[in-house]
Amino acid sequence: MGKRNRNVGIIGIGQTEYSSHKEHQNQVEMVNEGVRYALEDAGITLDDIDCVIHGNMELFEMVHQPDLWHSLGSGAYGKEQLRITTGGTTGASLVCAADNLVASGMYDVVMAIGLEKLQEGHTTGGITNMADPLWFRHLQTGALTATTATMMMEEFGEERAKRAAMKYRIMMDKHACLNPRAHRRFGLDYDQIDDLMNTSPQLVGELRLIHMCSQSDGACVMIFASEEKAKKLCKNPVWIRDHITVHREETFNNFGIEMPEMTHHYAARKLFERNGVTNPVEYFDVFEMYDPSAWWGLDWAREFLLLKGDEHIRLLEDGEFDLDGKLPINPSGGVTASNPIGATAMLRPAEAAMQIRGDAGPQQIKKEVRHALASGFGGTLWTVLIMLEKDLDWQEV
Amino acid sequence: MKRVAVCAVAQYKCDSNIWHKRFQGMLLDVLEDIQKQTGMHFSEDGGVRSIVSSSDDVFDARTISDNGMTDVLGAHYREEEKMAQESLNALGYAMSIIRSGHEDVVYVAGHCKESQGESRNMCTNLSYDPFYCRSLGLDYTNVAALQARVYMAKSGLTEEQMAKIVVRARQWAAKNPYANATEQVELGEVMYSPMLCDPIRTLHAYPVSDGAVAFLLASEEKAHEYTDNPVWLTGFGSCMDSYFLGDRDLASNFALKKAAGRAYNMAGVKDAAEEIDLAEVMDCFAYQQPMWLEGLGFCGDGEGAQFIDEGGLEKYHVNLSGGMLAGNPIMTSGLYRAAEAVIQLKGEAGEHQASGVSRAVAQSTTGGAGQFHTVVVLER
Repeated sequence: MGKRNRNVGIIGIGQTEYSSHKEHQNQVEMVNEGVRYALEDAGITLDDIDCVIHGNMELFEMVHQPDLWHSLGSGAYGKEQLRITTGGTTGASLVCAADNLVASGMYDVVMAIGLEKLQEGHTTGGITNMADPLWFRHLQTGALTATTATMMMEEFGEERAKRAAMKYRIMMDKHACLNPRAHRRFGLDYDQIDDLMNTSPQLVGELRLIHMCSQSDGACVMIFASEEKAKKLCKNPVWIRDHITVHREETFNNFGIEMPEMTHHYAARKLFERNGVTNPVEYFDVFEMYDPSAWWGLDWAREFLLLKGDEHIRLLEDGEFDLDGKLPINPSGGVTASNPIGATAMLRPAEAAMQIRGDAGPQQIKKEVRHALASGFGGTLWTVLIMLEKDLDWQEV
Repeated sequence: MKRVAVCAVAQYKCDSNIWHKRFQGMLLDVLEDIQKQTGMHFSEDGGVRSIVSSSDDVFDARTISDNGMTDVLGAHYREEEKMAQESLNALGYAMSIIRSGHEDVVYVAGHCKESQGESRNMCTNLSYDPFYCRSLGLDYTNVAALQARVYMAKSGLTEEQMAKIVVRARQWAAKNPYANATEQVELGEVMYSPMLCDPIRTLHAYPVSDGAVAFLLASEEKAHEYTDNPVWLTGFGSCMDSYFLGDRDLASNFALKKAAGRAYNMAGVKDAAEEIDLAEVMDCFAYQQPMWLEGLGFCGDGEGAQFIDEGGLEKYHVNLSGGMLAGNPIMTSGLYRAAEAVIQLKGEAGEHQASGVSRAVAQSTTGGAGQFHTVVVLER
């Protein structure tokens, strides 16, 4: 990354509630609800928006170029509009795109819309359809895999790994129970760890139903403005400091038996290096992570935070990822609680930005949040990582 | 603001059924072509780190259609974002990546294989909402027919003029090594070709096409590392019209006029008819060529038919590639339009080279009857 042309602030955030069914509204109405909340939050009208960017996955709802129809509710009529999709990372890619579009000077105010109405399609079928029709499609099981569970049990022992993954899951549910928009709010407690470890239905190996993310309906909308405009329009804009995207090939076995560096680790390493962050656990005040399952969430904490050995498990066991811990992870409840796929990766920077603003609601972290990290996940282990700041006071490295 | 250079373009020769290559194969060919022209690479040290792809999940019948081509995009451990829209928008977005300071070099590649689906109309029918319009059977062909009627009434465009457009398109296509439909046709053949969707005849419609295109863009400071002959991407604009046909004036060019106005404004073009000397328009159907030229400001409202009779197509070097009528895949047409404009401006168009062109416009559209338009301005 070179020198930024100009800074970009987040000035509006709108979220619908997330749920398994939204029978009271169609896609257009759901998009419109998110757009209205975001405009209201920013205190602006559609007249202030220069460009709308839109993202969701066509084969989940089976609508080709859905932005054309959604323009009835998205506010794109008469405006510039782009559509960017990258699978699970879509929402985060839209945030990166908005940052680029505004920083470029081509647009002053950009509105990004991520959505999914998974009720209207077959999610696992849709995900399976991403696999190569000749080689992998007949093997693919949607997003369900227990490879990480197996590897963690091997590395840390079965009992400790299973207990940690379930503790992570219950922690997420506790956070979700605070979040009025979260989809799944079970009211789980830590005394259920042993019970759930054995009784939750197995999906694949030790990946159990309770570990896995939901299928949700919902939309998330964010509004971005140039520094000049953001300061004019908004009392407390949240600043985008930097972002990085790392993709990788779809096949997992092209590199011999050595596991290649995970994109999460690569992304974090590069991003932190170029921004002078040496100790991410100390530096960041909150981390909104795209955690598609409890196993992945816990495992990826090690990758994203550049931890070694069992440091991530110890941090979890010691309560350091709790809301009052050293680095709270997913105060929103994360992806195991709410997962409207095209919006999911946008929820991460959206929730992180609300933590920085201090108006996240019941899930607000008590201590001041100045530096936030947000991740997106999609494709075949693709990563987007975004750094958000409360103040425009960081040093260029 | 940083200037953005087009360092190189590569086009895969369009065909109606590239059965012998998967889309990955076409993309690999255009990538290697760009590498050969520029020496670009993807290594950690000074290589390209940012890639914008363009493709469509429905046409590819794959969720996350860019997932199966990370390797042939050079995107392994690199940044890649997919423009899930008509491909010309990928150029505009790539331009913003460079101007923002985020990256200095961006590789852009788009593809589409219309031949893979049983019918492209089935794909575009899916763009209509599942409640009202989809069950009516609307698709991009029959919706265009409604627009064709309205535009013919407004401009007086005749069967004969539409036939002339197709005959001319085929003549230019024969000189373009990347065009699909190069077989020559006569006026009568076009005028009496079977009715596809009244008033659109079979030969008024672009043939089913497969293809892929790649671009290498760089900031002014970096461009010299890849080319001695850059073309500058100076303007980009788009606009969305309403969704329901009944809410639109189908012959008004509402979205195209706004998109063009934005692109011209960015490029500092005040009067397109005075300042632009080459146009590549996405004419999926013959009537669209004069209509889009009106929208781009080369002639007045409703004057497109007359413009053709008065030699406007030669004056402004319109679609010397053969245009969309000669066959490009629908999601990738915009990049083919822009690629032709680039090689013309570079003076590398060979047999169909125009002389004295210094500023070009390329246009593309998505949605029924041009619901959404995109325009870019390119300059020497």
